This record gives sequence, C-alpha cells and structure tokens, in this order.
Amino acid sequence: MALSNEHIKQRLTEKFPDQVTGFEEPYGMLTFEAPKDLNLKVLNFLYDDEELKFRFMTDLCGVHNPHNKAKELVVVYHLHNLEDNVRIRFKVSTDINQPDIYTATGLFSAANWMERETYDFYGVNFVGHPNLKRILNVDEMDYFPMRKEFPLEDSTRIDKDDEMFGRGGTQGFGTETNEADHRNSVIAENEKNDETGRPIV
Amino acid sequence: MSRPVSYNLIKKPLVDDISIAEMPAGQQGEGFFATKLNDVIGLARKNSIWPLPFATSCCGIEFMATMGSHYDLARFGSERVGFSPRQCDLLMVMGTIAKKMGPVVKQVYLQMAEPRWVIAVGACACSGGIFDSYSVLQGIDQVIPVDVYVPGCPPRPEAIIDGVMRIQDLVGKESLRRRNGQQYKGLLESYGIQ
Amino acid sequence: MSEQHIKLPEGSIEKTTTTLNLGPTHPATHGVMQNILELDGERIVSTEQTIGYIHRAFEKIAERRPLAQITTLTDRLNYCSSPINNMGWHLTCEKLLGVKTPKRVDYLRVIIMELSRISDHLICNSIVGVDAGAYTGFLYVMQYRELIYEIYEEVCGARLTTNMGRIGGFERNFNNIAFEKIEKFLAEYPRVLKEFENLFQRNRIFMDRTKGTGAISAERALNYGFTGPNLRAAGVDYDVRVHSPYSSYEDFDFTIPVGTTGDNYDRWLVREQEMWQSLSIIEQAYRKVQEFKGAAADVYHADVPEYYLPEKADVYTKMEALIYHFKIIMGETDIPAGEVYQSVEGGNGELGFYLISDGGRSPYRLHFRRPCFIYYQAYEELTKGAMLSDAIMTMSSLNLIAGELDA
Repeated sequence: MALSNEHIKQRLTEKFPDQVTGFEEPYGMLTFEAPKDLNLKVLNFLYDDEELKFRFMTDLCGVHNPHNKAKELVVVYHLHNLEDNVRIRFKVSTDINQPDIYTATGLFSAANWMERETYDFYGVNFVGHPNLKRILNVDEMDYFPMRKEFPLEDSTRIDKDDEMFGRGGTQGFGTETNEADHRNSVIAENEKNDETGRPIV
Repeated sequence: MSRPVSYNLIKKPLVDDISIAEMPAGQQGEGFFATKLNDVIGLARKNSIWPLPFATSCCGIEFMATMGSHYDLARFGSERVGFSPRQCDLLMVMGTIAKKMGPVVKQVYLQMAEPRWVIAVGACACSGGIFDSYSVLQGIDQVIPVDVYVPGCPPRPEAIIDGVMRIQDLVGKESLRRRNGQQYKGLLESYGIQ
Repeated sequence: MSEQHIKLPEGSIEKTTTTLNLGPTHPATHGVMQNILELDGERIVSTEQTIGYIHRAFEKIAERRPLAQITTLTDRLNYCSSPINNMGWHLTCEKLLGVKTPKRVDYLRVIIMELSRISDHLICNSIVGVDAGAYTGFLYVMQYRELIYEIYEEVCGARLTTNMGRIGGFERNFNNIAFEKIEKFLAEYPRVLKEFENLFQRNRIFMDRTKGTGAISAERALNYGFTGPNLRAAGVDYDVRVHSPYSSYEDFDFTIPVGTTGDNYDRWLVREQEMWQSLSIIEQAYRKVQEFKGAAADVYHADVPEYYLPEKADVYTKMEALIYHFKIIMGETDIPAGEVYQSVEGGNGELGFYLISDGGRSPYRLHFRRPCFIYYQAYEELTKGAMLSDAIMTMSSLNLIAGELDA
C-alpha cells in the first residue's frame, strides 16, 4: 500500500473542510495552501496522524510575490514522510504589512534557524519564536534584502557607475515602459528607487 | 606508499640537494663581508615568513593543497603557519570577506606587529569576486592596505606560491625606514588606522 | 590598585561561568563561524552561535542569472565536493524542463559524484584527526585528493570550483587520460584508505577522544532535520540516493553504513565506510561505462538542442543550430513556469534545490536547502555538559563547511 497524493488530499479536506485550498501536483509533489492561522493545526495533524506521519521537516523558506495584494509573503514548508517516502509542500501566506505567522519550533527544532533566516530575508515575524533575530546579515541592517523591491548590489556604493550597468541614467534598463522587458526585473515598475538607491517610502 | 605520478612528463634533473639563497651584493675579504644592513635583514626576513592563513572559504581549501606535500609552501620558509596575529608576518586573506567579517579582518590586522604584509588571495579578497551583492565587501582593500593581489577563483596553488614569491621580493627589498616614514603613515591614516 | 581603573561589565563579579569567544577566526573552526561558550571550569554550560560571516547572498544573485550561470554559484556551497552541487542543480533544471539524460551520462555523473564524496569525506576525517593532534594522516591523503583534482581537471578544466557539466550532460566527453587516471585511482586508493583507517580506527587515543562525545539520539536528530552521515551515525538509514534515486543510482549495488550512538566516533566510522562504498560504486560505474562501445561511447549529453548549446561547427553551417545557439545565449528559451524541489545526497546530507520559475530566463525564487545550516542548530544540544576539547572535536566531526552554512 502506498500513501498516494489523492489519499492525503482526501484526509486533509475531511479534517479541514473549505480551509485547505489550492491543491496542485507540480512534478509529482502535492502542494496545498491554508490560512496562516491554521498552520500549526495542519502541521500537527500531519505529524500526529498515524497514517500520514509527516515527521521530518525538510525545508522552510519564504517567497515574496509583490503582485498578490494582501498575500505578498508566502512561507513554504516542505515535509517528508520517511517511512512511506512521500513528500508534501504546504504554503501559508500573509500580508506584508502584518506578517505574523505562528512558529513551528515547538514541533520541529529544525525550524528554529530556518525561521530566523526567513525573518532575516523577508521580515516575516514568527510569533512565539525563542530567538527571532537576524542570522545571516549584520544585525544593524534595517531592511529585508530578499524582498523584490531591493536591488542585489549594495546601494550605498559610490564607486560604481550605474549607467554602465544598465541602471538609471538617461537611457537603458530602468527607463523602458514596455511590460515584457520587465519580465525578469527585480524592481517593479511602481516601486522604483529614487536616485540614492533607497526605495521611495 | 605509492605516490601518484607527477603531471610533468619531462623530468628535470635535480642539480643540488639543498638550494641556498643568493648572497646580497657586497664587498668580501678574508674573514669579513660588507654589505648593506637592508639587504641582510631583507634576506633573513624573506626566507622565513610566518604566514597567518585567514581562510574563509574555497580559497582556503586551495591553501590547504598548497601547504600539502604536493605544492609544499614550507620550502619557502613558511613551515610554521601561525594563528596568532601577534606572532605572524604575513596576513594571507583567502576567501570572501563579508561586511560582517570586515571589522574582524581589521582587528586581526591591527593586532599584527610591524613589519607586516598582506596578501589578498582569490578574486573575492581582491575585489569582491563574483559576489557583487549587498553583503560582500568588494575587496579587502576597503578596510586594510594590501601588498600583493593574487587573482583566481580559486587561484591554483602555483599562483598562490607565485604571490608568496612576490611578497618575498617586496620583503627583501624593503627599506628599514619605510614603516616610520611619512608615506606609510599616510597610507595607514587613509584607512583610519593609527 | 583600586578598582576604579577596571571597568567590569554588569554582573560579571557575581557570574560563576566564564565566557569564552571561539571567534570567527580560529584554527579549529573550519570556516568562519562564531561560538560564544559559557564555561564552568572546563565544562560547557551553554553556547551561542553566530553565523553569517560569509553570507554571499546566493539566493538573491540567483534571481538575476539565467539557469546555466547559476552552476557557478552552486560550486561555492559545499566547496569540498562541488561537482555534487553542480550535478544537483542540473538535475533540478532537468526536472523542470523535462529533460531525460541517457544512461552513459548518468553513469559518468555517478563516477564524478562519488569521487567528490570521497574527496569531501577525506577532508572531514583527516581534519578530525588534525584536531585531535594527528597531522600525518591529513598530509598522506591530500596526495590522493590531488589525484581526484587531476581527474576533475581532465573533465572540466578546474580543480576546486568545477562548474562541471551542463543541463543535459557534460560539456565534453571523458578522454582517455581521464579514464586512465580513474583506473589509477581505483588501483591505488584502497591501500591508502586501509592505511589511513589503521592509523585511527583502533587507535587508543583517538577512540578516547571521540567515543561518547557529541552524541545525539535518532529522535532528536530527526527532529533537528539532520541528514547525511550525521543522521546515519545516529542510526537512521536515510539516504537520498536510495529513497529518491536520481541519475540511475538504482542500477548500482551498495549498502548504507549506519551507526548506533551518533557520537563523534560513529560519525568518523560512517564516513570511512561510506568511502569504501563510494569506491565500490565507482568501480561498478566504470565497468558499466566501458561497456558502451562504438557510437554509444560518444554520447555525453542528452539530445536537447533547446537547452544544450550545439556544436560550434554546426552553428556556423546549419540554420537550426544557429537559432538555438542564439536563443540559449540571449536567454530566450522557453522555460516552463512552475515549482520544483529536487534533492541530492551531498557530502553532508540532503542538499535540496527549491526552484520557482515564472517562465523568465532566471528563476523567480531559488532556495537552497543546505544541510550544514540545519544541523548546526543542534550544536548546543550536542555539547551540553561536554568539555571544551570535546566541543572542538564535535565541531570538526560535524563537517561544517562555512560556504554551505551561510550561502
């Protein structure tokens, strides 16, 4: 007997009717979403249930989708059932202005530093985390660098000529208005920086 | 234990078992040898450099290979690598220095006693390398003065040895008064080092 | 003699423990990580880790680069075994793009990945010896790491940060010199590994230093998200090569060594046994590769001209090759939108790549699931109540590679 994706989906929809949504199976891994208040309930259900047994947290990361208003920051959990060898992906999303999500450290000690990293990069506030402070960046940093509005390079540099790198100036990358050319732009059209490189707030 | 065959197919015969450093130019007579103090001290210093390997990332592994028996760095007098800055002459910064690490590099540099030299090994230490990002220091010469830059990602052990040989040239020819002179003090001032 | 000259920090006279900074620059920390230890005499009461001293923002850089250029970033994750990272990234791209690699490519990839696993475990085990005071083993085996580097050089041109392979295979076929060097490695290395084992395995001093220190139980290890040799030393036989086989690992016959107590000695033994298993896998793969004869022996990449650069001679003479070349270089290839998670068994455990693509030439989001980062959290639990020297041994036997810790 193998634990199939349909069976997991069925158990989840029985337990949380109408609240788990967005069932997909990209490349064979079942993916679903739930409202952020239920994240611990869903994780506990997946952990404790004798049939589902998702007792290994593979990964926890964040994603920033600036175009989904009110659901910009997404936290993605990858769980693994080691005995039946089934993986599952679970997403919760939150508003960027109030990014509070309950911490999973009570259940998985592995989530401790992974949540700190998500906080460091995206600013997601994990409620109840024992030690939520920056882990990879300098403690004095005042912005969350992986968000899409911030550029890759250090914006306080003065020795780099932006014109040569296709940014700013009178011509080049930042001045087109064609939507298709911004397919891979990190800077969204309406969230452009001002001349000093800091985002306009 | 059998050893892997060396890459070079053309074998060069070994001329001498021991290689001796070149004598500096000077006047020689019976029982005396007159030369510049500078040259003698330079000769002694350059063949006995004690490096401090400040190995942060991938270049550190190439340094380990350089210290290994294949590309032996000990031949150049660097048998004893120290980890205490108070006892070392050459700070070898190998690997990416992030902005978080910058103050640490500066602190280690300040703890070294004169005369001290710095070699930046690898593209990341020279100029930030391939990591032009918000968290990487674009070259350690933003925080400390550097004498020799060794490019490469990571540089081959032969290149690291070449860098050490350039440092040896600098050490051998350095004037004894350089560290007290105006130009050097000006250099340190520009880095904010007293 | 008055205390006015000495400004003591708040509460430091009442404190009974000593604070010791095992700072970012330290000969025993391999790579830059900081541990602030609270010591009661020689016993550790608590530790606090600070990492991020080599944070290079890989995930942010990856959002700017086309898929083929991200291979150079993955090299620098676990730089002791960079081909495994490269192959893992190519497998992720192949999963996203739906590219199937031919068997010969898979077997060649297996040879390279197992060579890099041996290279990684050699560094870890010999450095554990160096930290215990035995420097000779390290120098002995570095010679064989040089031979592995020579094999990499024949295949891709670089020693350490290899950027090896392309989406769909390799950039060039393995030439005769590469196969000769692999044969030489297979012939000479078993004796060296046996000698290395004899130096440490039943050595009284080494066993006293490593047995019983830094132990972790299987339940706690699973809860902390351990994978790789550290988890297998604790008793759980989870290996990505067996559970989700990639690159035709299911065609090979090998066992997974498993320990019992999860202490430093078990970790050393597990890595040692894994090197023997890797050697056996390389032998099997080498024999399988030699079975391809004639035209089949010239296959070194999948036939996917949309993602794999065509031959330069064809680019100058044929129209389709020119168009494909242009599209690949300019980044105009059709990459499907979607999200994929692929993991490989790296030197330290499950190295995962979570890639969200929006159809553009660079990923929308790329996240590396780095095993070192996840199991370093457990360091406090591993060293509670241990002595200072055991803390050093634990840190080196965990095989913490700073590049993978911070990414």
